[in-house]
Amino acid sequence: MNKHMKTITPETSDLSRRSFLVGTAATGLVLGYAGVPGIDQALAAPSNFEPSVWYAIAPDGLVTVTCGKADMGQHIASTMAQIVAEELGAKWSDMRVALASNDPKFNDPVLGAQITGGSWSTMMNFDAMSRAGAAGRMALTEGAAAAMGVPASELVVRESMIAHPKSKKQMSFADIVKSGKATKTFTPDELKAIKLKTPDQYTMIGVSVPQLDIPSKTNGTAKYGIDVMIPGMAYGAVVTPPVRYGATVKSVDDSGAKKVPGFIKAVTLDDKTGTTTGWVVAVANTFASAKKAAEALKIAYDGGPNAKVSSQSLLDEAKRLQKLEDSGQFFVKDGDPNAAFGSAAKVLEAEYTTSINIHAPMEPMNATAEFKGDILHIYSGNQFATRSGAIAAGAAGIDPKFVVMHQMWLGGGFGRRLDADMMIPAVQAAKAIGKPVKVIYTRENDMTMDFSRPLTYQKVKAGVDGDGKLVALSHDVVSAWPTQRWGIPDFLSPSVDKKGPLDAFTVNGADFFYTVPNHHVRAIKNEMAHNATPSGQLRSVAPGWTFWAVESMIDEIAAAAGKDPAQFRIALLDGKGKNDGGAQRLRNTLLAAMGLSGYGTRQLPKGEGMGVACVSSQERATASWTACVAHVAVAASGEVTVKKLTVATDVGTQVHPDNIRAQVEGAALWGLSLALYEKATLKDGGIEQTNFDSYTPLRMSQMPEVAVAVIANGEKATGVGEPAVTVVAPAIGNAIFNASGARVRALPITAEAVKGAMKA
Amino acid sequence: MPTLTINGRSLSVDAANDTPLLWAIREQLQMTGTKFGCGAGLCGACTVHVNGEAVRSCQTMVGDVAGKKITTIEGLAAKGDHPLQKAWIAEQVPQCGYCQSGQIMQAASLLAKNPNPTKEEVVAHMDGNLCRCMTYSRIQKAIMRAATEMRTASASGNERRPT
Repeated sequence: MNKHMKTITPETSDLSRRSFLVGTAATGLVLGYAGVPGIDQALAAPSNFEPSVWYAIAPDGLVTVTCGKADMGQHIASTMAQIVAEELGAKWSDMRVALASNDPKFNDPVLGAQITGGSWSTMMNFDAMSRAGAAGRMALTEGAAAAMGVPASELVVRESMIAHPKSKKQMSFADIVKSGKATKTFTPDELKAIKLKTPDQYTMIGVSVPQLDIPSKTNGTAKYGIDVMIPGMAYGAVVTPPVRYGATVKSVDDSGAKKVPGFIKAVTLDDKTGTTTGWVVAVANTFASAKKAAEALKIAYDGGPNAKVSSQSLLDEAKRLQKLEDSGQFFVKDGDPNAAFGSAAKVLEAEYTTSINIHAPMEPMNATAEFKGDILHIYSGNQFATRSGAIAAGAAGIDPKFVVMHQMWLGGGFGRRLDADMMIPAVQAAKAIGKPVKVIYTRENDMTMDFSRPLTYQKVKAGVDGDGKLVALSHDVVSAWPTQRWGIPDFLSPSVDKKGPLDAFTVNGADFFYTVPNHHVRAIKNEMAHNATPSGQLRSVAPGWTFWAVESMIDEIAAAAGKDPAQFRIALLDGKGKNDGGAQRLRNTLLAAMGLSGYGTRQLPKGEGMGVACVSSQERATASWTACVAHVAVAASGEVTVKKLTVATDVGTQVHPDNIRAQVEGAALWGLSLALYEKATLKDGGIEQTNFDSYTPLRMSQMPEVAVAVIANGEKATGVGEPAVTVVAPAIGNAIFNASGARVRALPITAEAVKGAMKA
Repeated sequence: MPTLTINGRSLSVDAANDTPLLWAIREQLQMTGTKFGCGAGLCGACTVHVNGEAVRSCQTMVGDVAGKKITTIEGLAAKGDHPLQKAWIAEQVPQCGYCQSGQIMQAASLLAKNPNPTKEEVVAHMDGNLCRCMTYSRIQKAIMRAATEMRTASASGNERRPT
């Protein structure tokens, strides 16, 4: 799989901590107008233009930006258009967006692949989109200068018009494209040399322009993968085995299915990619018939090696592994915590757990496959076209270069659509019946076959000196390794102890910005969980569990030292050594959240409390500095009511302030939902929750007040889709402690656990 | 072959009487604004109106709605400019947008009966509609905005005011 990743020498950039985070030198990043119907004739020298990569301007002046990122509600397509428009000088009402195919020319300029995640998109595309926009403005300006017979330096570009104030002449972008005079091209070096606007010159960045995709999402016209219609296509409903992974089909009796009108065929998957095991797809002329046929199939299974595994056995295994001295690999190895514990005045130890969690985007997984000649066309909303195309090819037994992925709007992603399982039954059914097939998961398929957030177990041990100062922390994180499952070495990180690569997407966040002289973090793979519950990346990934442990433990230490937990954090964020810069930003963000929430300014009624947490999600190199103050009420029964969440986040630069607020609020509510309402369990190898009656994300009636403060201090734009997920659970846990004295260490938090932890 | 009266038109669908209305709308009539979410009446993504009442089309069989007036998101307003749709844009509600057809149809059935709902009434009416992006606060704001616009419009003789 590694060959799908572009290998470019890493640049010295603050994003280049891992080898796949490469520089911004995208080749072929040249503005061009080829591919726009009719424009070839209109252009004087169309051959001078490279094929359009990021956008094209049509003769009517409409600017269509092609977004190489999956748009799952974060409005990234609109954001890309906004960044282009800023430098291009286009009028917002002229901007349009299109979604990219899996053509490598649309690869992320930093990541070198088509993948959407990590809250990376804005930070990693800001520069490339800015340069593409600026190059277009320069080409259009030169064209206008030639057409008007005036020096380019005297021209002013604004709102899709290029004006020459001295002569009062002006031309629209449309006029210039029609004139064929915009012929300038740029080499990568020339692109790099373009002087971009400084923030004080922005007229578009920082403005909450109307999102381009929203109108289509209010009238039913936005097309998601599930909405794809291909003439002559059939529908597939999958039958998934009772065991999440490892089952095989022994026999299929389709005599009942044959009685269903419209039934075509039952296809047992032969999945050489190893993505699925023991799946059968029932194909029929409508989805309703396919589902009926699927229900009528009688399938005998061999449950395989994981058929007896349960959540309890995964947890027991995690505890066993953590106790072994030689387990896992080191992610952080500063100083010697074990020696420091010996001389510490106080040593605390605690275990923190999180349950299996399910993505459950509202649009169930689906894919449509069509073979046309040698080409396999896949229609599906997907976050990882580079890898998913290869998996679809694997399912078809063809070379990945023969797969064309048609991107659609995603009805929610949250990491779920990084995977390609849904394409396999579509491909194999289409192949088996010789017609295009659309496969739609039922919600039951979707929940029980999720690439879930793994069950995690963390053990944290902390040592405090006589002054109440944190001097040592050792932190073991045991989980399945979701990103290692991809089989792409570039996404793994070297271990500090040189014991081979580790999946940093299981420990990110544990390398926090507090100054702790003796600090160890060990990443331990739970092989049993890895095999029985193939895990995925769920919105915020590792920081969703590492900060649960870190930020709860910091609170426990502050309590043991008799200090205010917010002030204790501020003291630890001293910005010494490697923490310089980040620590100060995080401290300021925490102060902002404290100020906005009124932390420590008033006596709360009995049974109420406030708790704080602050995080550097997603990764040290890509952090958005985020803090939360949770205000809760705890009843004697242990019932927790979240009254208010106050979230402050330092995002450097705001491209779209309103969207940032929407993302941060959504992320914070995800954090709340994971903290209190979402839990999946494994029994006999299968996920027990099958629909929204048993797996229960937050509903409107459970929503507290959410206050969001965005700090834009002029640093580079960071990501906002995920970080606020990670800060909420520990803030709530700490607020519960503040309100009731009950310390909870397992997510989701239950009334029973709170009551049990209250001092009698 | 059952005939459905949908968005003011009479259309026959090639579907058995026990086919969920959802799939007849989506596949037979190719109106894909109505979404499949859970198939069990638990999420509200498939909400349509039958004789003005919000129903879950995944739980409503084609045979049970023949002759009744069905409205989908495509037919809520001829130009997609129902006050709720305008409010959804004004408040920039949708993120992924997948649940929003159902949210708007659910909300429309509330405002048709109760032009001045309290926040509590909105929450009670909308609680069956899941939004995984958690756009709930904007949904509430948009409903309140649309309710205000509808009351103002009817008070001033149906004249539309810019929002």
